[in-house]
Amino acid sequence: MDRQEILNQVTQVFIDTLDEDNITLTESTSADDVEGWDSLTHVQLVVAVEKKFKIRFAAKEIQSWKNVGELVNSISSKL
Amino acid sequence: MATFAELKKNLKKDYTGLTAVKVALLGDSATQLLSQALRGAAWAEGLDLQIWEADFNQVERQVFDEGSELYEYEPQIVIVFQSSHKLLGTYNKLKPEAYSSLASNRLELIGNIYSQLSSKLKAKIIYFNYTEIDDAVFGNYAGKIESSFLFQLRKLNYELMQFAAPFADFFLCDISSVQNRWGKNNFFQSSIYINTEMVLSMEVIPDVAAKTVSLIKTMYGRFNKCVILDLDNTTWGGIIGDDGLENIQVGSLGIGKAFTEFQYWVKKLKNRGIILAVCSKNTESIAKEPFEKHPDMVLHLEDIAVFVANWETKVDNIRHIQAILNIGFDSMVFLDDNPFERNIVRENIKGITVPELPEDPAEYLEYLYSLNLFETISFSNEDAERTKQYQVEAQRTALLKSFTSEDDFLQNLQMVSLVEPFNKFNTPRVAQLSQRSNQFNLRTVRYIESDIEAIGIDESYAPFTFTLEDKFGDNGLICIIILKKESSDTLFIETWLMSCRVLKRGMENFTLNTLVNYARANGFKYLKGEYIPTAKNEMVKEHYQKLGFEEKDGYWMLDAENYTDKKCFITTKN
Repeated sequence: MDRQEILNQVTQVFIDTLDEDNITLTESTSADDVEGWDSLTHVQLVVAVEKKFKIRFAAKEIQSWKNVGELVNSISSKL
Repeated sequence: MATFAELKKNLKKDYTGLTAVKVALLGDSATQLLSQALRGAAWAEGLDLQIWEADFNQVERQVFDEGSELYEYEPQIVIVFQSSHKLLGTYNKLKPEAYSSLASNRLELIGNIYSQLSSKLKAKIIYFNYTEIDDAVFGNYAGKIESSFLFQLRKLNYELMQFAAPFADFFLCDISSVQNRWGKNNFFQSSIYINTEMVLSMEVIPDVAAKTVSLIKTMYGRFNKCVILDLDNTTWGGIIGDDGLENIQVGSLGIGKAFTEFQYWVKKLKNRGIILAVCSKNTESIAKEPFEKHPDMVLHLEDIAVFVANWETKVDNIRHIQAILNIGFDSMVFLDDNPFERNIVRENIKGITVPELPEDPAEYLEYLYSLNLFETISFSNEDAERTKQYQVEAQRTALLKSFTSEDDFLQNLQMVSLVEPFNKFNTPRVAQLSQRSNQFNLRTVRYIESDIEAIGIDESYAPFTFTLEDKFGDNGLICIIILKKESSDTLFIETWLMSCRVLKRGMENFTLNTLVNYARANGFKYLKGEYIPTAKNEMVKEHYQKLGFEEKDGYWMLDAENYTDKKCFITTKN
């Protein structure tokens, strides 16, 4: 799966989990840029991404991403 | 089971008209998402949980500081969730010689939490029990070593049950059984725990919320009272009309075992007070044959309160059963193997619970266990007698038909009523009846046993209980009145409720005669009543009007001095 495809699927997870249709993610998007992406919903997003890609993140990865691009890196490394 | 995302969507739904309940949630792990799930799950049950959540890990501070936000909030329900992970953390820090006192120390803390909460608040307390963690330090030998964590944890769970038993306002929420069903690998996600201090995985949060909400909705009178059983391929394997008595499957062989175990489960429900009814498309005599003649049947005709077997539609027959039992459709569970029948019933009878039984009868029981359909918050000896009372009711109905005048019928019943205040013998039943009665209930105030005990010794109240016995049998305690001495001349009827089993016997007249006698004997001039409408108590909308009360400023007043005793055929039992 290429990075764009991962990004598309992650975007869909965000849309479903945050129940918000107008989300466009790029690799440089960070939590501050997305309405509703806070420490609480972060947990939901992480678990929903894990489920979508059938992967598990390590504990230290979960708080390490500075932006969506780094999240995509983590996903990509496990596929 | 709804997902967390679905429960979260419920938070945006319309909450108008729902029963508001103030809840405090205290936890030593992160509980924000559980809090959201609780509110979302309660919405689907018609409850508006207004949750105040303590800051992280503040259980003790909130409870033992008398000026805390907890007491300021005045919750009706306090949920306390002390996690096994934190308990393990406590254990880890102990000196080895203190390991064996972990359970008793924690129990002492729980006891202190309980007594502090119950002395400061008029709230029900829900305490989560402890999920299992095997730290594998002793392997299997942990079970033989009192100082092992697993030994202490299991001891704590066991002693928690003993601790909870005598307290009517302390409830256990058995999340250990939820973990048992999901398995620890699904119940707990280490990476999330490390990052967030959450001890529940996203996957199980909805189930933990459901388990908690099922307790809360039961406290507010919403629980199941009756199971309606289909027969062919539900109660036994095969079709009695086609296969015949010898060939239906029940007993210890093959698939028969599944039906036998199912019947044992249903029988246990009956023994704990769930009413059983049968609704089957069959010729009645053929449908009854296995109950009468099959040696492996666990259920017998005397277990069934209402037996309906004919060729009418199930919808009509369930309505007929409801008319006899006089309980709401929303307290009934219909079990049928046939998806077509299930759909028709679900579509036409609002409120009834219709589980999607698995196709394979071998899976019925495990599936039904997982639904947790029969929550209760009390248990009394009367529960076991319930089926018999409904059967006797059918005999009375038959007798009524043989009389041309209702008065003659009532006279013939030879009714007597025992009138008593609250006492330690009737307290459980009084509390339970206040939780169960929805239709004949003027103000729908729910009480638990500790409320009843408090009213019983409070001089400003005059409580009454009534039993009703006739020549067919004893209905037991069926009516409760709680009078509040509002002023020197007025008694306010805080509660007037009656079991619908004894409608149309003149019990209302007998009750009112008793109340007026009490008022006169104690120098009161007026009885003051109030009707608070709910979705279910339309039946008593004109109750006070019919009994001769007059409306005044939204209340109903009766002048005790100018009251003449109403006609009734019930005498007071001494």
